[in-house]
Amino acid sequence: MKNMLKKLFRHRKNKHVNRSFAGNTLLFILMGICGIFMVLPLVMIVNNAVKPLDELYQYPPKIFVRNPVFTNFSDLFTLMNDSWIPFSRYILNSVIITGGGVAGHVLCASLAAYPLAKHKFPGRNILFNMVVLSMMFSWTVTQIPQYLIISMLHINNTYLALILPAWSFGMGLYLMKQFMEQIPDSLRESARLDGANEWQIFWKIIMPNVKPAWLTLAIFQFQQMWINTGSVFLRDEQLKPLQYALQQITAGGVARAGAAAAVTFIIASIPIVFFLLCQSNVIETMTTSGMKE
Amino acid sequence: MGKTRVENKTEEPPEKSGAQLKVSKQATLKYRIMKSRESYLMIAPYFILFFFFTVLPVALSVIFSFTDFNLLEWPDFVGWRNYTKLFLEDDIFMIALKNTLIFAVITGPVSYMLCLLFAWIINEFKGPLRAFLTLIFYAPSICGNAYLVWNLILTGDRYGYLNGLLLKLGIIDEAILWMQTEKYVLPVLIIVQLWLSLGTGFLSFIAGLQTVDKNLYEAAAIDGVKNRWQELWYVTLPAMKPQLMFGAVMQITQSFAVADISINLAGNPSVNYAGATVVTHLLDYGSTRFEMGYASAIATVLFLLMVGTNKLVQKLLGRVGE
Repeated sequence: MKNMLKKLFRHRKNKHVNRSFAGNTLLFILMGICGIFMVLPLVMIVNNAVKPLDELYQYPPKIFVRNPVFTNFSDLFTLMNDSWIPFSRYILNSVIITGGGVAGHVLCASLAAYPLAKHKFPGRNILFNMVVLSMMFSWTVTQIPQYLIISMLHINNTYLALILPAWSFGMGLYLMKQFMEQIPDSLRESARLDGANEWQIFWKIIMPNVKPAWLTLAIFQFQQMWINTGSVFLRDEQLKPLQYALQQITAGGVARAGAAAAVTFIIASIPIVFFLLCQSNVIETMTTSGMKE
Repeated sequence: MGKTRVENKTEEPPEKSGAQLKVSKQATLKYRIMKSRESYLMIAPYFILFFFFTVLPVALSVIFSFTDFNLLEWPDFVGWRNYTKLFLEDDIFMIALKNTLIFAVITGPVSYMLCLLFAWIINEFKGPLRAFLTLIFYAPSICGNAYLVWNLILTGDRYGYLNGLLLKLGIIDEAILWMQTEKYVLPVLIIVQLWLSLGTGFLSFIAGLQTVDKNLYEAAAIDGVKNRWQELWYVTLPAMKPQLMFGAVMQITQSFAVADISINLAGNPSVNYAGATVVTHLLDYGSTRFEMGYASAIATVLFLLMVGTNKLVQKLLGRVGE
């Protein structure tokens, strides 16, 4: 028993050199106090979802529920069953739009980030600076020219109108490039000596080493794609995502306040599940330890 | 073989005539482009889409900023008129610009530090607990109901949580209409923004901390790094400079483009324009009045402001760990 404790302790000691007890305590207290404020929105969503109607409209409003019920969810499912288009269709649309947007962007941005970080070729700096600067231009005014271009490309009213622009968002490329820059060149050199070509190096060496980066990028992109109702580009009801359908349900006023609370819960919970899946995999992946340039 | 020839050419003394030099330079460039075929192939999918969906729209917007464009009729070229109007006649823009600058100067650096601080603390935890803690601090960014929470806190009558607390403590005698009183609007918006600040930068710092080579810490301990603060400054921060740069750019784009919280909490237009920012002003012209030319001019000015700030910040970050 004592040995085991010792082992655990030694393990910890190896991980963090130079940690004072006072420092630890200070930081944990700070975390606790701030944590209470930060978790407020999450607490509210969960509580509202199980509040009966009279508690939802109680004034002054309370954060915590007193008599939790699940009628909000059953109300929501009844409304969903009455929908003109089956809800499974909306779910499928969301899977295609969000899934396509996330996977395509992570792949496209990483593939472009690798040469920008590690190869020297004419135009490299100009292209990279263009991407960084593009993030500073207000999205509000560019969306009208963007709408015109999407119409001209004849991808209006298709999934592509939402997916393709998402593949070329600036943030992903910038994020991936910054992480790839840190990978020591010796790693690439040795892979090349083993006969790997650039595509293999990208897939087998670079990508596994920047796993924290692309998991984080996937979280950002998922959030972006998920909240998109597609109302600008998608006209056909059969193409619209879940987000849109759920928002339509909540537009029903007082009588639907319960269902609306359930909708808020569902809309928030899916990115949260995705977040936890990705975030718990953001762990030390650097295979280069022991390798020094 | 080819490579050595090209290198020889560029090293030749500059006595050659201009025309010849130009030819050899072109040959080098062409050769280098040919040699990098693979690189271009890799960046092609992204940059083709980027051209269509970002470069072209931005270029068109800049062109629109020199026109009078109401979305229905063909734009009329008006030269610099939008810009002169913006700086010489538009009093509200001046208020908005002032608010945005105050806002950015305060929230930018503070948010950035908070992101770094909390990412660094969370990095001390392991496994599922870590993911859970990250979720708690990232909750305001992922839940999407931040305004609801703050509207509840800031309700102007005595039932608002903040008013209730202050009345109970005897700090105020009567309820304050937080979002309808000019002097409170901007400070409250700054506080809400700080609360919302653990977003993109925060998560990328968490990921960045994971890629720092663990051997560096042991080496530093041997070299005489005494406590975690020294470790942070001399080891961790220099090792994650690329992430720090990324975080700074994200912070700049967020701090200068603030609009949503102002519109949702203070309304647009807010009382006496106390919560007006450059982007709320832009939205007013772009989405309410459909004066796209003028809105594009505002966007261009904001863009230049951010680019300038970015230059400055990147220079400062270059000094980390020195």
